[in-house]
Amino acid sequence: AARGCGGVGVWRRAWQRRPGLAVPCRGQQAAACNARGGAVPAGKSGLAPWVPVVGLEIHAQISSNSKLFSGSQVQFAAPPNSLVSFFDASLPGTLPVLNRRCVEAAVMTGLALNCSINKKSLFDRKHYFYADLPAGYQITQQRVPIAVNGSLSYSLRIDDKMRQMVTKTVRIKQIQLEQDSGKSLHDDKRSQTLVDLNRAGVGLMEVVMEPDMCCGEEATAAVRELQLILQTLGSSQAVMAEGQLRVDANVSVHHPGEPYGVRTEVKNINSLRFLAKAVDYEIQRQIEELESGGTILNETRAFDSRLGCTIPMRDKEGKQDYRFMPEPNLPPLILYDAKSLPSNVNHQQVVNIDWIHQRLPDLPSVKRAKLVEQYGILPEHSLTLLNEDGLTEFFENVIKQTQMKPKKVIGWIIKDLLSYLKQHSIAVKESPVSSFLLADLLNLLENREISPTAAKQVLAELWKGEGKTPLEIVKEKKLELVNDQKELEEICQTVIDGHENE
Amino acid sequence: LFQVSAALRAGRVTATELCQRCLSLIKSTGFLNAYISVAEQAALRQAEESEKRYSRGQPLGVLDGIPVAVKDNFNTAGIETTCASNMLKGYISPYNATVVQKLLDQGAVLLGKTNLDEFAMGSGSTDGVFGPVRNPWSYSRQYKEKSAPESRSEDRESNWVITGGSSGGSAAAVSSFTCFAALGSDTGGSTRNPAAHCGVVGLKPTYGLISRHGLIPLVNSMDVPGILTRCVDDAAVVLGSLAGHDPKDSTTIQDNFKPFELPNLTDVSKFTIGVPKEYHAPGLSSEILALWSKAADLFKNAGAKVVEVSLPHTRYSIVCYHVLCTAEVASNMARFDGLEYGHRSDMNESTESMYAATRREGFNDVVRGRILSGNYFLLKQNYENYFVKAQKVRRLIVNDFVKVFGSGVDILLTPTTLSDAVPYMEFIKADNRTRSAQDDILTQAVNMAGLPAINVPTALSERGLPVGLQFIGRSFQEKQLLTVAKWFEKQVQFPMIELEEVKKHDQGIFQHQKSAASS
Repeated sequence: AARGCGGVGVWRRAWQRRPGLAVPCRGQQAAACNARGGAVPAGKSGLAPWVPVVGLEIHAQISSNSKLFSGSQVQFAAPPNSLVSFFDASLPGTLPVLNRRCVEAAVMTGLALNCSINKKSLFDRKHYFYADLPAGYQITQQRVPIAVNGSLSYSLRIDDKMRQMVTKTVRIKQIQLEQDSGKSLHDDKRSQTLVDLNRAGVGLMEVVMEPDMCCGEEATAAVRELQLILQTLGSSQAVMAEGQLRVDANVSVHHPGEPYGVRTEVKNINSLRFLAKAVDYEIQRQIEELESGGTILNETRAFDSRLGCTIPMRDKEGKQDYRFMPEPNLPPLILYDAKSLPSNVNHQQVVNIDWIHQRLPDLPSVKRAKLVEQYGILPEHSLTLLNEDGLTEFFENVIKQTQMKPKKVIGWIIKDLLSYLKQHSIAVKESPVSSFLLADLLNLLENREISPTAAKQVLAELWKGEGKTPLEIVKEKKLELVNDQKELEEICQTVIDGHENE
Repeated sequence: LFQVSAALRAGRVTATELCQRCLSLIKSTGFLNAYISVAEQAALRQAEESEKRYSRGQPLGVLDGIPVAVKDNFNTAGIETTCASNMLKGYISPYNATVVQKLLDQGAVLLGKTNLDEFAMGSGSTDGVFGPVRNPWSYSRQYKEKSAPESRSEDRESNWVITGGSSGGSAAAVSSFTCFAALGSDTGGSTRNPAAHCGVVGLKPTYGLISRHGLIPLVNSMDVPGILTRCVDDAAVVLGSLAGHDPKDSTTIQDNFKPFELPNLTDVSKFTIGVPKEYHAPGLSSEILALWSKAADLFKNAGAKVVEVSLPHTRYSIVCYHVLCTAEVASNMARFDGLEYGHRSDMNESTESMYAATRREGFNDVVRGRILSGNYFLLKQNYENYFVKAQKVRRLIVNDFVKVFGSGVDILLTPTTLSDAVPYMEFIKADNRTRSAQDDILTQAVNMAGLPAINVPTALSERGLPVGLQFIGRSFQEKQLLTVAKWFEKQVQFPMIELEEVKKHDQGIFQHQKSAASS
């Protein structure tokens, strides 16, 4: 089975010690761990190579109107403590009531990730004291989660130059339903902590990915693909900036052939960029620590985005005993499929796995394949199209409005349009150049009314967003292609004449 | 209740009069310490509303205008809910427990909240921060008569007996006629035990029949709201108004519940009564043993089939309960951190120190002891050996009942308590844990199995104190259970308490209650 870096005929690239690196927090350049292939060379200092191992625990906020166990609303950036029901505040005597929509979201996600859905799953209490956990415990699924044993495939570019893609797979250990906690804001100046419980009790799907990845790039690609899947399903909006998708990375290193090393957990990474940096930094840190004779502590660390490094978390009291106990107020969660569905039951009361399966939308991988087939573009192109919010739609809109072949259009989309958007950090939907305008421009090019060079010039003008059409710009700048033989001869003659003296 | 309800409808008494009499009786029986809070203004307002409905000829039901009391571990909006703990002193809940709401929706008049052991942990109603509850029978003519002459001359302060617990306040309130029905809770016997000691009917319904939403939990998997009344018919009425699925409580069953009226059974020959031999527990007083025997004979002579049965795992229920109860307590009490509600310590060096101080100040020794034990049992290294083992033993206990009920037995007949109520001074000589372990033995296994059970006051002991017997039924077969209990109640004709204060307030309305038991 394709697993991590070791599968699909690509060598796992071992990490080499970087000589002379004493300062821990300098920017680390992550060597693509699926680069080139071939035998793994020993390090410069002659030490044995290292194999990094990365596993992920991803918390995705379920996209639902109300919370997992209570009726209060789910909303980002509402006034503090305005979305808190009695149950969320842990008022004594309140009881959890399971939200059906959250169960459906988890089943959808499990099916999309090729998991076995457990027809019977259980809820447990995980105890610890913290200001943002009003009940003193979190309701989660520790014993029997709702879905297990799935897989996620994602693609990576092996090498920018070679433009080759490789597909990798990471095993999904399980998906469990659990409550989100509230938010604590530490006000050190006034020695106080402010607690906002709006988020307390929001439904989460925790997706556990086995340690099949080996570097920041793989981790990022896997998370990105998961994000796309969740957004396609609608089970989570998965916007990391809004805290709807948070990643904890488990990192360890070991020598080939030896058992896995002690792992550290880097918690609460909330952007893809930081994920890559954090993972790669941590791998490097562990390697350096071990090579200088130190040991790795099984600890929890946080990623400091300013410094670009991981630091041990404040309350590092060693291993916590969460005193797991079954949640007595929630009976086992029973799901049905077409075969097991009892006949006399109210459809509102049950969740039917087969029914959900039949209604799954096309997953990103399917969409990408369809784009490749339909438009004859490269797989790598379809990856980019889907990776950018709204880009596929933009592309298809342009296609509809132009005679230019998709194979050519794609270049303009990816090279010109996208690079401009990236340069100015704007989203597709904010693009000053609409699909209509671009199609217009491409038509001019296709009809040989302008040259490719001229087209690029026109595009540069269009970015200014002054409302001019491509044709207007062409006329303005006199960029029309001259096709008339006689006219061309005249121009050449003029030029030659002008330079007669040279 | 039917009689009172009829009187209200006929206008022979008004809801306000009823309410006022109860309130005044509460005041004159204040020495019982049965009530923590009395909601006088609110109650009178409710009575007024009820009166209006009666005058329009539109009462909401049998409970309309009936004064009731509720144990102080049920949430009541606007009335303090303390659980007899410093942790919740002054806590005013923003919502009503479902059962409280149902009573109010039926027009019942909520007089106040009754006293209990702190957080319902105890079997004496002696360990709450508002002090112990006194058994009204301590002051009855029947008890005083039987007391030794020397002690009679002593002041009433030293000789009084406990109510049993933990719903002692509710039992005392019903027993002393300050209300017509009261809610308690039952986790290990906390409704049946005080019912037996106070000479009232104490019903523990099947787990899942009545909503626990708003009942501050002790052991979520065993707690049920309990019903305390002066006769079995009344218990059926209250049950009818409370039972049924609650979407807010996922452990209530979905099936539709139909309230029922109890038939006046005359022929018990169709019933098989089981007498479990293990309930002849060590420490069972000879008096109660004899009474139990007499009861069994009563059924036999009336034509019922009476068989000895065995529930072999009964003796493990206390140890099993200890593990499961403390584990759940440790979990349920974790929310009391002083942050959102309740007591918060002034200690503010750090969040952790605030938690520790708050919980030390807020909880009594009993609660803290159980939290510590519970956390110990839940530790990763102990979980299998204690918690999981206890769950397995629980399964065995449940299976004992399943087997017996599956073999043709309809109802089990057992004692409720090991003896009649002991004097307070003697009770407190042993600690809470010891007492609970001893006193729960006859009632606890029922909670393990989630079965319905009822205490029916049977006779007075040699000391002039009430002794009750327990009937245990099949899951969700409350109607059958109460029917048999009602028949038994009629046979034994348990005497009414002769309490001076009650006599003073008794202006006919309580006569109706007297006759109810004997009709």
